[in-house]
This record gives sequence, structure tokens and C-alpha cells, in this order.
Amino acid sequence: MLRLDTLSKIYADGTHALARVSVNVAAGEIACLIGGSGCGKTTLLRLVAGLDLASGGSIEVDGEVIREPHPAIGIVFQEPRLFPWLSVADNVGFGLAEIGARERRLRVDEALEHVGLARFGSRWPRELSGGQQQRVAIARAFVARPKVLLLDEPFSALDAFTRASLNAHLLALWAESRPTILMVTHDVDEAALLGDRVIVMQPQPGRIFDDIKLTLARPRDRLDEGFDTARRQILSALDRSLAPAARQA
Amino acid sequence: MDEESSVAVEGLSQAAWAAGDKPSLHRRLPGLASRLPIRWILAIALPLAAGIVWEVAVRSGWVQGRLVPPPSRIAQTLWSLARSGELWLHVSATLTRVAVGFGLGVLVGTLAGACCGASETLRRVLDPSIQALRAIPSLAWVPLFILWLGIFETSKIALIAVGVFFPVYLGVLGAIASVDRKLVEVGRVFRLSRLAMIRRVLLPAVLPEWIVSLRSGLGLGFMFVVAAEIMGASEGLGYLLVDGQQLGKPDQIFAVIIAFAAIGKSCDGLLVLASRPLLAWQDRVRTRL
Repeated sequence: MLRLDTLSKIYADGTHALARVSVNVAAGEIACLIGGSGCGKTTLLRLVAGLDLASGGSIEVDGEVIREPHPAIGIVFQEPRLFPWLSVADNVGFGLAEIGARERRLRVDEALEHVGLARFGSRWPRELSGGQQQRVAIARAFVARPKVLLLDEPFSALDAFTRASLNAHLLALWAESRPTILMVTHDVDEAALLGDRVIVMQPQPGRIFDDIKLTLARPRDRLDEGFDTARRQILSALDRSLAPAARQA
Repeated sequence: MDEESSVAVEGLSQAAWAAGDKPSLHRRLPGLASRLPIRWILAIALPLAAGIVWEVAVRSGWVQGRLVPPPSRIAQTLWSLARSGELWLHVSATLTRVAVGFGLGVLVGTLAGACCGASETLRRVLDPSIQALRAIPSLAWVPLFILWLGIFETSKIALIAVGVFFPVYLGVLGAIASVDRKLVEVGRVFRLSRLAMIRRVLLPAVLPEWIVSLRSGLGLGFMFVVAAEIMGASEGLGYLLVDGQQLGKPDQIFAVIIAFAAIGKSCDGLLVLASRPLLAWQDRVRTRL
């Protein structure tokens, strides 16, 4: 469904951010990207979002080559990136300018309800907490009904409690429309909780080190033994991915 | 202290909002109502006291008050100027000049700022020259403007427009340079056209700074209208100033100064009022700073 073929990215300053990365993500799958800093996770996401151009290789969504932002691809950034001059509802409906006001309202209300902010539509973004703002950003991405949703460490700035509740919101939304999700995280627990697959990346140049399939049934329980096994599996892959770099240094 | 307490109020109401209940207007008002009068009293205490002291001093004959007339005489002069209709003649002449000059300066300044902000090349070509021109004291243009445009309205308006142009140009240019790249990226993700990007992202983002630049431009506009009118006019508040000086009427000069203060403050207030609905989204604490 989402197909990355020998994707490379070399920045103008010579940084080799990605080297021949190939991944296939099936429709409705949640793939988590995890890895040390500088391993090209965010670069990868920006390429899929069409915000940057690859130096080599290609990205396809359902056979369509992606070179620029595409209506079927949504993204949630690390920061909420809400427009401060728009109300919460208008922020959520930002990408729906082409559809009628009435239907837009319905869809926005529905999306806000899904993230538990049904009564917050008329507020300004600055009146919301960081976690609430990020929920608005998630609603804004979901309301456009993307086939592929990219998340770039969306919860990294939030405390553990807020993160857990946002993970739950995200899973609920995903269960509803089943978009393909590619999510960058540096939280092993988060990867084990959300991912059907956890792709471990390695830096300099950014490449895939390991691709772990998680077969744990949903809903997943952090206290489960299987969850613990999955966590350990990811952790050990992460450790191994960092080991050669440590040896080089 | 005032700023701090309002920050605290802001924080409180935010907490209340986060909890999900919108603070009703009258719940926020009592604090405001009890703070406002004291602020007003404090603000007006010094000029009021000075005026009273001077009035008493002149009336009881301690001082002569010929060169510095007491408030009552200034008020009398202002009143008679207003009653004879003379005041309105001069006020409207001055206001017309400011309005036309300001409008022109804002238009050209905004366009130039927007163009230079949008195009790197254009900025490299135009900005150095504009900065060089800015370094020239605007009053230095007066002789040239009079030679080129004559001694009547056109040269005065040109001077005002030049004064307004620079702050507006700089404001727009700076505002465009500081637009959050991350928000522009959100616009790109939603595939906004160039025009939609300008209308839905760039314009609202530069609006607050643009309005600040309009306010400083308006202030300069009033400064230059006085300069222009002092240098040669047969009507306008600046003319009344010169008239008061030449005929030795300090009360008239004071009356005009008060008129200027009132008009300048009202125009600025109108500008702020007109822009308020556009900036409702801003943090109130920030707009007050």
C-alpha cells in the first residue's frame, strides 16, 4: 500500500540522512519507526509527506508516486502547529475548504468528539493545554480521511499520563477508519503498544536495522507478559543497532 | 505589578477553561471593575494636580501666568475656537492631510514590504536603497518637495506619506520574515495554492505586526503634518501654532497642543478598536505589553 523503494536523501550540506531504505507497509497497518537520534526517521516521514524531495528511490501510495503533498496522506507533527488565529473547529476543518460549510461542520464536530474535545470547538488554541492542542492536531489530520497517516513523535513533548490517553485516542480513531499509520517514536513502550511492526533504524547513514513484527492481540495491556516480551525484543534490537556505532567511536 | 496580576488572572482563567467551563463575563468583570478606576485615577493624578496648583497660583496672583496660561484660560480659548467654528476648519484641514498622506504611505509601504518579503531578489535590489533613504531625516526632503510639488497640499501630503512609509515597510518586511515556517508547512500539507497560502496563512500571520506598524506610522504622520504646516500653511492646527507664536497667544498654542493630543489619541484608539476583532485570537497579555 505504502511502498518505499531504495529511498535515499542527501542534504545540501552532505549529510547522508537516508541510504537506500525500502519498506512496504500494508493497508491499515501501524508501523512504528524507532531508533537513535540522527537515523533519518523524521527525514523519512517528511519525504513521504511530500515536504522534501528524495535524492534517490521512490515512494508510492497505492501505486501513485509521491513527490509533493498528497490528499491521501496526512501528517501530525511533533508540535501541534495549530493556527493561532483560527478557532479549534476552524483548525480542524482547515483542510476541508472545498466541501460545503454544513458537511464540514458535521465532520469537524465528529472529529472533535473522537478526540474528546466536543465542547472545545469555539475556543482559541492558546486556551488549550499542550495535550489538548495535540489532540486537535490529530483531529485535523483524521478529518481529511487520509489513507496514510504520518506521525512524527507526536506525543514526545507530553507527560506520561497525557501520552497514554492520547495513545488510546489514536487507537480508537485508527480502529474506526483503519488508515495506514507510519509513526516515529523514541518510546519503546509506545512502539510496543501501537505497532503491528516496529522498524528499528540505524544512523549514519540512516538505514533499516531490523523489522520486528508484533503479533500481540489488541487491545494490548502493558501489564501483559506478551507485552513485556515485545518490549524486550524492541529494546534488544535497539541496543544492537547502536552497538556498531559505539564500537566505531 | 499590574502586568503580573493580569498574567495570574490569565493563568487562572486558562485553568478554568481547560477544566471545561467557560468563565462567564461577569465572573471576570469584578476584578476588572475594581482595578480600572484606580488605574485611571493614578494615571490622571499628576496632570490634574499640576493644573490645579497652577490655576490657584495664577488666580491668587502669586504668578503672572502670561506665558504659561492657567487651565481655565486654555479651556476658554479652546471653547471659543470651537464655537466660532475656526477649530473645526483647522482640525479638518489637518486630518485630511494626515488621512491622505497616511493612506498613501500605508499603501506604498505595505506593497513594497510585501513584495520585498515575498521575493528574495527584489529585496536584494530594493531594500538597500530604501534603507539608505530611511537614513535621511525626512524633513530634509521638504525643500525638494516644495520645489517639485509646490507649496500647497501635494508637498505636505508627500512629506507625511514618506514619514508613514518607512515604519510600515519595515513592519511588513519584518513580519513576513518572521512568519512561522512550520505553519507554512501545514499549509503545504493541505496543498494550498499560492493565493490561498497568502490569504489563509501569511496574511493572518503578519496582521498583528502590520497593525503595530500602522500605529507607529500614524504617530509619525501626525509629527510630519505639524512640521509641514508650521513651514507654511494658511490653515491646519500647525498654522494655529505658528499664529499663536507670532501673535503672542500662548493660550492658543496650548489649546492646539491639547487638540493634537486628543486627536492623536483618538485616531490611535480608533485604529486599535478597528483592529481588535481581527486580533481577538491574540493573548491579551501580549497585546497589552
